Amino acid sequence: MKKTIFQPPVETVNVISSYGMQRRNMLKFFGASAAAVTIGTACNKNDDVSGDGVNLGSGDVGILNYAYALEQLEAAFYVQVILTPYTGISALETEYLTDIRNHEVGHREFFKAAITAAAPASVIPSLEVDFSTIDFTSRTSVLTTAKAFEDLGVTAYNGAGQLISTTGNGPAYLTIAGKIVSVEARHAALIADLLSNGSFAATTDANGLDMARTPAQVLAIAGTYIKTKLNAANLPS
Amino acid sequence: MNLQNIVTEIEKVDPEVYGRFDTRRNVMKSFANVSGKIALAAIPTMVASMFSKAYGQIPGNVNSILNYALTLEYLEAEFYNNIVGSAGYLTASAAAQGALTKIRDDENKHVIFLKSVLGAAAIPKPTFDFTAGNGSGTGPFAGYLSSYPVQLAMAQTFEDTGVRAYKGQATNLQNNRTALTAALNIHSVEARHAAHIRQMRRALDAAIPAPQKPLKPWITLNYSGIDFPPAQANINLSYAGEELTTQAGVNIAGLGGAFNTASAASEGFDEPLTGAQVLAIVDPFIV
Repeated sequence: MKKTIFQPPVETVNVISSYGMQRRNMLKFFGASAAAVTIGTACNKNDDVSGDGVNLGSGDVGILNYAYALEQLEAAFYVQVILTPYTGISALETEYLTDIRNHEVGHREFFKAAITAAAPASVIPSLEVDFSTIDFTSRTSVLTTAKAFEDLGVTAYNGAGQLISTTGNGPAYLTIAGKIVSVEARHAALIADLLSNGSFAATTDANGLDMARTPAQVLAIAGTYIKTKLNAANLPS
Repeated sequence: MNLQNIVTEIEKVDPEVYGRFDTRRNVMKSFANVSGKIALAAIPTMVASMFSKAYGQIPGNVNSILNYALTLEYLEAEFYNNIVGSAGYLTASAAAQGALTKIRDDENKHVIFLKSVLGAAAIPKPTFDFTAGNGSGTGPFAGYLSSYPVQLAMAQTFEDTGVRAYKGQATNLQNNRTALTAALNIHSVEARHAAHIRQMRRALDAAIPAPQKPLKPWITLNYSGIDFPPAQANINLSYAGEELTTQAGVNIAGLGGAFNTASAASEGFDEPLTGAQVLAIVDPFIV
């Protein structure tokens, strides 16, 4: 029996499922309460809320809807951050957070348009978010949440790449996901630096790699902020 | 004959079989794809073929993509190895030195990681000329070791190029889910590095063309944000095509509100570079 030349990076396989610490870090911030912010209404003909919630769907469209859901969450968050800036926000922070708001709204609108063009019957509706655990007047609360969202987004896209099909529009979708994930990583680095300068890549593992998360892992974390129930059962795995 | 049982037997012999494949599901899929078309008598041959796939060489294209990535990581790692401790580096703040050291460490880890993945198939490290003189040692970046602003300009270009280079190869790794995910996990780290180097350059405020200010952690249009006439044409190659505002037929500019300008739309998406484009960019640095 021939010994393999390609040693698959076992560590990478492992990190996909080892996210306990990250999740704990995120949950740490939620104890305080603030006014609930609801953006968008989850109600249209495609809103299959009977029973299992909004169905993200299957195949590549399912992955696009999954990304669309995450971008809706991020965009809604930054729209609120710019609408009600935290106490003591600096001009530089306003500039950066406004840029990020613009990028995330662009991502959200891109997915909405792209899914509508590819599979109009399958696009998920606007989701209702729950930001009651975020104190938008507090720099620490806002930036810590922003960091959590950006890091989550990076791991979500990193983990979703391998779920995209190799045929049809699949490769094109993978390329688009790649175009977006590096911008999410730029956001993540900047936000980390705002919280603690020099921590731009503190999330890397022993191999100098970022993590990847499965949709189930991502949605378990994001679910805290998304009021609309999502059904990810039909996503590729 | 029960395929599930065969796989279970293989698991007993080799518990790590799924590490060699992508996932258990894919093992079953590769059986399922062919099982309908062949007679049961052929199944032992299939098992042999599966073992050969699990233990044999990975397809040449995946190897070559990983070696391509390794070449870029060799370049970055040696660059940071050279500048950390150099005269130019020593003029920087403690925070800046710490950041460059952290990035150096990450790049060296990427080299070790890719070499371990490739094993015997890993290509050796090329000889580099960081003056971009193709071995003459007198290229446009001669003197980079004593100039901190030049070091940061080079670092930014290498990182942004790295981000675009990995992105351009993702679809070539799609048939190996493990390799694809590993590459994506490196790719986002390069983007983190780029974002920080750009902040360092903004704080230093040196060699940034006035019309391209403010320099941001993300790439605006096709702005390099670097004013370095001796190598300007080469630097600009790393940013060519970044001004794109239409993705998959969707024009992003203007979507969601007037604030979504062409600049914002271009920033929100990093663009891939082809292998040929990347090789043209790094060619002057390789002897």
